[in-house]
Amino acid sequence: MQDSNSVGIVTPQYVHIDKPLELRSGSVLSSYNLVYETYGKLNAAKSNAVLVCHALSGNHHIAGVYADIPKSSGWWDNMIGPGKPIDTNRFFVIGVNNLGGCHGSTGPASIDARTGKHYGADFPIVMVEDWVETHVQLAEHLGIEQFAAVVGGSLGGMQALQWTLDYPEKVRYALVIAAASKLTAQNIAFNDVARQAIMTDQEFYGGDYHAFNTYPKRGLRLARMLGHITYLSDDSMAAKFGRDLRGDTFSFDFDVEFEIESYLRYQGDKFADLFDANSYLLMTKALDYFDPAAAYDGDLSIAFKNIQADFLVLSFTSDWRFSPERSRSIVKALLDNEINVSYAEITSSHGHDSFLMETAYYHQMVQAYMHNIST
Amino acid sequence: MTDTTTPSPIAARPDFAAIAEWVRPDTKILDLGCGDGSLLRYLREERNVLGYGVEIDDSNVLSCFVNGVNVIQNDLESGLSSFESASFDYVILSQTLQAMRHTESIIQEMLRVGKEGIVSFPNFGYWKNRAQVISGHMPVSDALPYSWYDTPNIHLCTLGDFEALCRQCDAHILERRVMNSNHQVKILPNLLGKLAFYRFERQAG
Repeated sequence: MQDSNSVGIVTPQYVHIDKPLELRSGSVLSSYNLVYETYGKLNAAKSNAVLVCHALSGNHHIAGVYADIPKSSGWWDNMIGPGKPIDTNRFFVIGVNNLGGCHGSTGPASIDARTGKHYGADFPIVMVEDWVETHVQLAEHLGIEQFAAVVGGSLGGMQALQWTLDYPEKVRYALVIAAASKLTAQNIAFNDVARQAIMTDQEFYGGDYHAFNTYPKRGLRLARMLGHITYLSDDSMAAKFGRDLRGDTFSFDFDVEFEIESYLRYQGDKFADLFDANSYLLMTKALDYFDPAAAYDGDLSIAFKNIQADFLVLSFTSDWRFSPERSRSIVKALLDNEINVSYAEITSSHGHDSFLMETAYYHQMVQAYMHNIST
Repeated sequence: MTDTTTPSPIAARPDFAAIAEWVRPDTKILDLGCGDGSLLRYLREERNVLGYGVEIDDSNVLSCFVNGVNVIQNDLESGLSSFESASFDYVILSQTLQAMRHTESIIQEMLRVGKEGIVSFPNFGYWKNRAQVISGHMPVSDALPYSWYDTPNIHLCTLGDFEALCRQCDAHILERRVMNSNHQVKILPNLLGKLAFYRFERQAG
């Protein structure tokens, strides 16, 4: 925990945005809060800011620890810190909890000031483009006109990509990791099963479970268990659990027997205690809707025509939820537009979760790439 | 802090200089099997090119990152489907041809993707190579630094062999240069040349 390359003890900060946000869905949020953390120092030229966008279940706490809370390391602490691939000695790194999340930014579990009640089912659907707009407000609040880099894995990579489309002049480099320019049918299908698990839980009450003093824990737990399976690979599960039993023999009933069952249930329980079910629904929907090429008859190369940023695209060999093929189509469309792009396909057995792992080659890549970004 | 890349250590690469002489400034190039990216970096510095490399080996890809050049990690043997036809001014295959399995198809792909192709390879017809074969051994030299059992070079050829392949692939040779260390070889190139360079384009018609 006290590793010398840690950014150390961190404190979340809040900003209240009063400017109404017109969402792509047509809804309008008159105001909202964003919670964020920063690491390192913004230089005088304000040219060393790096925005890190989070994935489905992530948040603003990407590095460091909270005072007096052991085991509270940020979710990308192995990547961000002094001397780490995203070096906080050089860069001013920002993590922000996305709108609709449940870790401090305004979301379905927040109190709607107009009604004094939880937003619940009334919280509007948000899209990746909407998040970029909220990030813009945060950047303005911090006095940042251009990011040295916008970085993200998975859904975070989609946000980094969207940034370069919507604000081409405001991003110098984009690091798009284990992402895709759109989900496949199979991927949307997984998300829908997750949503169905939540929405068919009797405690869901159409999303207004707060009003009934309950929450759809069983549904959220199932959703996470399913998701978790898809973020790992067959090989990594075989290596970690195999067919190992918790006891010595079969018990001939339906209790937890295999280690993998135990692990998944534990992960599901842990997650269901920390995450809001409505936020999970929103995040999966944002994933499903993302498709910047849709407005251009599916032609990603045309969709990318205004991009100015240089790109690093990374994928992982065992990632079947956001496969290397998806990253290669992003690379192809960037090449078609003569954008500076590098692409590496990293050998890893950890599936989609590889982007969170401390694989030497992967971290060396990011380190080398970030090193060449001037500040 | 500005650009943090270190100065390039490529002064000792006459083969890079030979290729750079053929590359017009401000053009777009694709370097197949780009290794650590030194040639791309050299061409960017000397010719201000927009360059991309293709490389399969992890440590080479990482070196490209360190060198700050664009690199796409991909297996050349599976073709160049990521690249549109005629999308590059030059497609370069620098001392890689002899290590490729699908020699003919990579030449075809170079002709498709590039307006011009540039290939360099060690000339197996060099007299010292011939002398070693006559003496009963596979050649080992600075241009061919491997033993027969650990060499990545599976398709070695002479100048004459390569030119025959070009005819077969409808590649029209625009220029040839044959080198021995720093010197150009004009007399008996297939015998006295160590390294061969060709610039070619698709045969018209």
